[in-house]
Amino acid sequence: MNTKDIQGLVRFGYAALSEASFLLLNIRDVAAARSWLAAAPISTAEELSQPPTSALQVAFTREGLVVLGLADEVLAGFSTEFLSGMSGEESRSRRLGDVGASSPRTWQWGGPGNVPHMLVLIYAQPSQLVPWTQMIQTADWNAAFEVLVRLDTSDLKGKEPFGFTDGISQPTPDWKRVRTPPGDQLEYGNILSLGEFLLGYPNEYGKYSYRPLLNANAPFSSQLAFAEDQPDKRDFGLNGTFLVLRQLEQDVRGFWRFLDRQTTPNPLARQNLAEAMVGRRMDGTPLLPLHSADIPGIDPKSKAQNGFIYDSDIDGTRCPFGAHIRRANPRNADLPASTGPISRLLHKLGFGNVRYRDDVIASTRFHRMIRRGREYGPKVTPDQALSESGAAEHGIHFICVVASILRQFEFVQNSWIVNTKFDAMTEESDPLLGDRETIAGCPFSDTFSQAQPDDTRIRSTGLPQFVTVRGGAYFFLPSLSALRYLVAIGRE
Amino acid sequence: MTPQSAFMILATVVPAQEPALRRLLADMNSSPGLLDSMQALIPFRQFKQLHYARFLILDDLTVNDIAVYGLPRVDYPTYLAFLGDCDGPAEELLAEMAQQAGEGLRRIFMHCTDFRSDTDLLRWMKSCDVAPAANYVNWAGRTVRQVNEEEVLRQALAKFLLGNQNKLEELRPLQQRDVLKSFIDGEQKRGRLTLTPPDPTPVDWQIRNLLHLITIPLLAFTLSPLLILAIPFFLIRLRQCERSDPEIAPRVDPEHARLLSLQEDQDVTNQFSAMGSLKPGVFRRLTMILVLTAIDYSVRHVFNRGRLARVTSIQFARWVFLDQKRRVIFASNYDGSLESYMDDFINKVSFGLNVVFSNGIGYPRTKWMLLDGARDEQKFKDYLRRHQMPTQVWYNAHPGLTALDKWRNALIRDGLERRHMSDSDARQWLQLL
Repeated sequence: MNTKDIQGLVRFGYAALSEASFLLLNIRDVAAARSWLAAAPISTAEELSQPPTSALQVAFTREGLVVLGLADEVLAGFSTEFLSGMSGEESRSRRLGDVGASSPRTWQWGGPGNVPHMLVLIYAQPSQLVPWTQMIQTADWNAAFEVLVRLDTSDLKGKEPFGFTDGISQPTPDWKRVRTPPGDQLEYGNILSLGEFLLGYPNEYGKYSYRPLLNANAPFSSQLAFAEDQPDKRDFGLNGTFLVLRQLEQDVRGFWRFLDRQTTPNPLARQNLAEAMVGRRMDGTPLLPLHSADIPGIDPKSKAQNGFIYDSDIDGTRCPFGAHIRRANPRNADLPASTGPISRLLHKLGFGNVRYRDDVIASTRFHRMIRRGREYGPKVTPDQALSESGAAEHGIHFICVVASILRQFEFVQNSWIVNTKFDAMTEESDPLLGDRETIAGCPFSDTFSQAQPDDTRIRSTGLPQFVTVRGGAYFFLPSLSALRYLVAIGRE
Repeated sequence: MTPQSAFMILATVVPAQEPALRRLLADMNSSPGLLDSMQALIPFRQFKQLHYARFLILDDLTVNDIAVYGLPRVDYPTYLAFLGDCDGPAEELLAEMAQQAGEGLRRIFMHCTDFRSDTDLLRWMKSCDVAPAANYVNWAGRTVRQVNEEEVLRQALAKFLLGNQNKLEELRPLQQRDVLKSFIDGEQKRGRLTLTPPDPTPVDWQIRNLLHLITIPLLAFTLSPLLILAIPFFLIRLRQCERSDPEIAPRVDPEHARLLSLQEDQDVTNQFSAMGSLKPGVFRRLTMILVLTAIDYSVRHVFNRGRLARVTSIQFARWVFLDQKRRVIFASNYDGSLESYMDDFINKVSFGLNVVFSNGIGYPRTKWMLLDGARDEQKFKDYLRRHQMPTQVWYNAHPGLTALDKWRNALIRDGLERRHMSDSDARQWLQLL
């Protein structure tokens, strides 16, 4: 692995670099932009002997790549959803739940006609962000770019604005490239083929995700390595990937006040309901006991928070079926638990299920994402949220890194998060992220229910929308060689 | 039990009339993919036995694919297809439609070659009805009326529970069920909800079904010496074909994909219509006939209770041969997005997709008919999208209800109507609510 060719964010979350700001740019002067890119100190995935004190990453939308002069035929090699963009089609917005108050028409950035060219992510150690930003913003920078939006972040010490520990569950990419994905994976595992998160490598199907390939004799293509699967082509995508950014505003006061109304006057019940919605205790502890066996790819350090699957809770009485983390990562295998080859065959043919809701969720391993989001807005405790008013905005700049936007980000968002029919349920979408818009034939989508061992479900109804999308876009996070190619094509 | 049936009226469109037909059909929608609730041309909702219906202009974008076998393109006419899935015999529904929606149907079919103003509509429709080679029904016997009544039941119980949960929690599961049962009994007495008992299963259908159940295995058994002898030759030929058959799965045209997805995800259920040509030659045609016969048999007698192998999201699906079995239409109604539908195909039933679609020109390469193929995820998705056609008009009697919703609602009712229930049954039943 040439880790020096990969932007660092794919491998590192830069947790020690607790200050960050994300700049959305338009390119005003292409030549100046190229010369800034040529000199920019972009951080790579190489492990350094000294941990870095700062980091810089760059990513481009389709619009940005066009401005930089990437030829149409090269561009056409990208996936359809990247080329169309997050807000490019009404049907995509419907699937992502970007409707009503979250409609792209209302976005502060990224809506139709408002898609930035470029994203620059700047990370630094405490109090180093300003000097580091100044160093990055050279004369070329000033000539090259117009800053459309600066997304500031705040360090909430590993908590998201509602107060929950965040970013706990992350897939483990197979950096050493030793994994051969099986036809059917019989246990939930956390190790995934590198091609799920980086272009140019085999994914969980053993195939290479779509990315632009160039003819070997194309001008300047010598900057690029040959494609592993098509050795007569140069791989523009290799070591690059996609970055999905969404600005998600969280109504922290609305959240805690709703919970308070539901449980008055019991602060403990209030917190319990919040934890049921998330699927974890506020400190990140899962609601389920740990799985007896070790889960491949979950290291001993994070076992206490991640060493569980839902097989021990098929009734959803411990962790609600609709809890945020159960939707976002159902932790299942490719087949229901089988006791031998015959039972496996029966399951493969759809037999051997006891309940109507058995075996209805898609295999998790094809739908994982590396998450790299950062919070914004001041910290508010639940008590403050209940007692004080405030005008500050809170939220997450959600970031995920995936090799297939469609199969990973969009699938999870559509089929698991927004879907009111997830896991054979009805009338409820994600308790945190759901848009609560009604759909034809279903008057309600604003329920949250908790299955009970001996009784009917406890239902909370009338959930307000707690999270509103304020902006978003699909970016290509190129390799360092692809960046050099983008710089080089200007010399034509 | 009322068995379901399917119809597909297929007729050739007069070339000069095609644009007008497209306009007429488009006018039935309020926006792409969304039937205008005020449209009066075909008052679908009047037909109480109709689950799904669609008007489809068969736009085969892949007719030129045959060129990879060095064969000339066949100039098929443009067809209009009118498909429906209904309770009871399709002829009865068609007769009702001819009577109550005759004018609208005539206006549509007037664009077809052999339809004139004095044509007997019903007789014409019956003569144009093309039977499917395989027809999947998510739940044999589940009627439109049943789905309606059971959804009303679920909503009534949900509403009742919101006001009475605290009281119920103090009771044992069986007692809770008694309370809910007497509430529903009361609602029924007051006429606020109805739970019509299922109609008796038609005797002629039972006989035909039984005959089908026996005949196919009997036939297979009788022919088994021949079949067993044929297997090695079949496999050799199959591997030959599989090694040489070209794949045609280019990246899908973004504009084609945009037009299709514009129609999708307006409801929790979507329609899917696709067509393609069989690989030339007797081998593939015979294989396809055999495979679809086997599939039709298994969905009629085995997979008729909510699951098509592992897939729970398909409400109705059918394969229909066209043009002397040279082309095939696949039409389905499925829950969720196209992406999740294809995910099910790829990750849950790739073997089933492969045995059928690998007989079509250009399908991603299979191995022994069952392996690979759809597991080439991106190629398979592109292949399917490329063969997909926009559906001009689509009707769903139950917007907002997935097959699993319908299944759960039936279980809720079943729990109420059962004479005896154990404590643990009652516990599980309560969890459905």
